[in-house]
Amino acid sequence: MKVKYFAWVRERIGKAEETLEPPADVRTVGELIAWLTDQGEGYAYAFEKPKVIRAAIDHTHVQADATISGAREIAFFPPMTGG
Amino acid sequence: MTAIATIRVQEQDFDTAREIAALGHGRTDIGAVVSFSGLCRADDGLTALTLEHYPGMAEAEIRRHADQALARWPLQGLTIIHRYGRITPGENIVLVVTASSHRQAAFEAAEFLMDYLKTNAPFWKREEKPEGGGDWVEAKSHDDEASARWKS
Repeated sequence: MKVKYFAWVRERIGKAEETLEPPADVRTVGELIAWLTDQGEGYAYAFEKPKVIRAAIDHTHVQADATISGAREIAFFPPMTGG
Repeated sequence: MTAIATIRVQEQDFDTAREIAALGHGRTDIGAVVSFSGLCRADDGLTALTLEHYPGMAEAEIRRHADQALARWPLQGLTIIHRYGRITPGENIVLVVTASSHRQAAFEAAEFLMDYLKTNAPFWKREEKPEGGGDWVEAKSHDDEASARWKS
């Protein structure tokens, strides 16, 4: 699946997007965040406060308990500040 | 005539008067047009804001809120434009225009759309200061509260 990062999540990880194949026991958005946290220093910094992080699957906002099965694109970002 | 929602996510500026005129062009059933413009403010010596957005999702999310507004209020049409990129103080950031037969629907729908755009549309503002650098703008809890009141 394609994973995208925005704003300070992108800056802390050091990339805007990547293609990932997490292990099969990573089933939800929350579990994906936990798995990503272990992928290196930048990831650990980006996800140090997991409750702050917002997520979207295929351009729709989702909660941490959302299943990632079948997702083409998952995005992680801080709370939005548009408008 | 059916209500039309025009949604644009763009880097370039827009002309508010032209957008209002376009929404009502050729129609005689509109009695009220409300427009809200959000501008870049020079707080604490800010020299510019840079807005990052999530292409594709930004349009989709705004479209979802526009559809909700059309379902909830008797609107003749609406226009939403949100800019991204570098924006300096005094420049436009966002425009919401709503048209209806009567003012109440137009006022309420415009407020609803702005409250939701603030908390749900995937845009992030970064401040640019004269000394260089700059921080990401933090989300405000009163924006969440403003958006939550429409759930009742």
